[in-house]
Amino acid sequence: MKPSTAKPLPARAHKSLSYIRRYWTLYLLLVLPIAYFIIFKYIPMTYIQIAFKKYSIVQSPWEMPWADNHGFEYFIKAFSNRDFRLALRNTLMLNFLDLLVGFPAPIILALILNELPYPKFKRLTQTVAYMPHFLSWIIISGMALQLLAPTSGLINIVLNRLGFKTIPFLNDPAHWVWTYVFLGVWQSCGWNTIVYLAAITAINPELYEAAEIDGAGRFRKIWHVTLPGLRPTIITLLILSLGRILGSEFDRPYALSNNLVKDVSSVISTYVYAHGIKGLQFSLTTAVGIFQSVVNVIFLFAANALAKKFGERGIW
Amino acid sequence: MAVKSKKTRIGDLIVAFLCVIVILVCLLPMVNVLSRSLSSPDALVRNEVLLLPKEMNFEAYKMVLGDSKYTWSLAWTAIITVIGTCLSMFMTTICAYPLIYDNLKGKKLINAFILFTMYFNAGTIPLYLLLKDLDLLNRPAVLVVPYCLSVFNMIIMRSFFYGIPDSLRESAEIDGAGPVRILVSIYLPLSTPVIATLSLFYAVGRWNGFSDALMFMNKREYWPIQLLLYNILNNMTSLEVATQEGFTKPALSDNLKAATVMFATVPILMVYPWLQKYFITGVHLGSIKG
Repeated sequence: MKPSTAKPLPARAHKSLSYIRRYWTLYLLLVLPIAYFIIFKYIPMTYIQIAFKKYSIVQSPWEMPWADNHGFEYFIKAFSNRDFRLALRNTLMLNFLDLLVGFPAPIILALILNELPYPKFKRLTQTVAYMPHFLSWIIISGMALQLLAPTSGLINIVLNRLGFKTIPFLNDPAHWVWTYVFLGVWQSCGWNTIVYLAAITAINPELYEAAEIDGAGRFRKIWHVTLPGLRPTIITLLILSLGRILGSEFDRPYALSNNLVKDVSSVISTYVYAHGIKGLQFSLTTAVGIFQSVVNVIFLFAANALAKKFGERGIW
Repeated sequence: MAVKSKKTRIGDLIVAFLCVIVILVCLLPMVNVLSRSLSSPDALVRNEVLLLPKEMNFEAYKMVLGDSKYTWSLAWTAIITVIGTCLSMFMTTICAYPLIYDNLKGKKLINAFILFTMYFNAGTIPLYLLLKDLDLLNRPAVLVVPYCLSVFNMIIMRSFFYGIPDSLRESAEIDGAGPVRILVSIYLPLSTPVIATLSLFYAVGRWNGFSDALMFMNKREYWPIQLLLYNILNNMTSLEVATQEGFTKPALSDNLKAATVMFATVPILMVYPWLQKYFITGVHLGSIKG
């Protein structure tokens, strides 16, 4: 197969060509995945322009006319909309509380599990603690509705028998917020210990021996050996969490919300669903989505830069 | 090891006690729902069910199994879980494998092209409009295709492939095997742990999938179990919606709700403990960036 008419190729290009000729099956394998990324990830990015344009069902995004105010009409509209500002506030509030309570929880659980001297019992605890991660939020909300119901739920029955007042866990805004946060910890705490436990096994055992010789007790070993050993992992995961501060899951707030707590349970993702897909305000909700993505990327970069400044590896 | 001091033993007991609490907190809600599903509706109304079933019966389970709406939805969810998991594993493998070839031309570009989608995505509405333009809305494929490849899982698989010695590949190449042959007869047989882990992740994702069906699938006959469950749990609490939706029966009794929750849960809970030893390494691999 010698190209008789073609000019002789420069050496490098020729090498590339022969490589591709030899390994063409690798490129063939990549065709489907790359097509997937183009169709389902990159083509949607071209639809982003409708945030700056007057949406029309009959035109392609490229042909739609620009929106008013130099195309920023829908961003202005979003920020002057009470529902959106509420969703923005709730997203920040719930994510911040999640971070505050949910971030340290798996670290503490991993430390506890690591101190447990009985391997079989440790494995059992892990298996059970992982379980909630495998339940969907619909199931968790179904369980929560039953367990936390004001009159018929297990928790309130027990509270009443012990002489406490009924707590409206899911029906009162303030209680709902904390129930939401706690259910988040319940669902993911055990699962998130996996990474920390793996990091703990990588800590050099000689450090523990040295600490013991120096007379360190259990807590001092945790404080001076285990926690410093976990530092890089903690920082990496903290960066990733900060990058999600304006991100929002959909299933969790959607499944747990009800009419009584709408003012605290509406977040950006549920706002986009309600006003975009149900309310057909495509330009407005795409603008909201862009705002969210951009802020997330900014937070991720900022957190990463900060981590590097403090001498950590960061995530890239 | 030296004999443990008394202080350490007390410390161990405190740690063990804390672990017992963790187990109880995770398990008791499940036990309670299981008991409710097995109790009579009357006992539930009288608030007598705490941790053990009262007036035990299997009526709720019989009703669920006798209702074609549930059984079809369960079967349909099983179908899309199996198809979705197979498709996802296929896509993940053929995406991860070529990228371990160090001198693959254009590798950097392809990597960047893929990783970019992890940090920036267009959002829900652009995807919705795309699916609409592709005429995929309300078609069964919409529950499987748009999410069939996860970059995160691809990175886990690639890290695992990297751990397989290059020398195996090189010797197979000398014997004249092509890349696909090497993938099928060397890499895949050595990759059981990562295949098990990722299959579990994808299967859980499909089985628990809810929002994609809510947004992209209006046809009731293609509702996966989670969406059906959501509507059962929520619509039944409001009489207005119940009559609107054409339900003539009174609101579903609590034990029936509990039974449907159990049905949607048990398949996953039966699988994951057996795969635990695999997914622990899997998650660890995923936490090391590619």
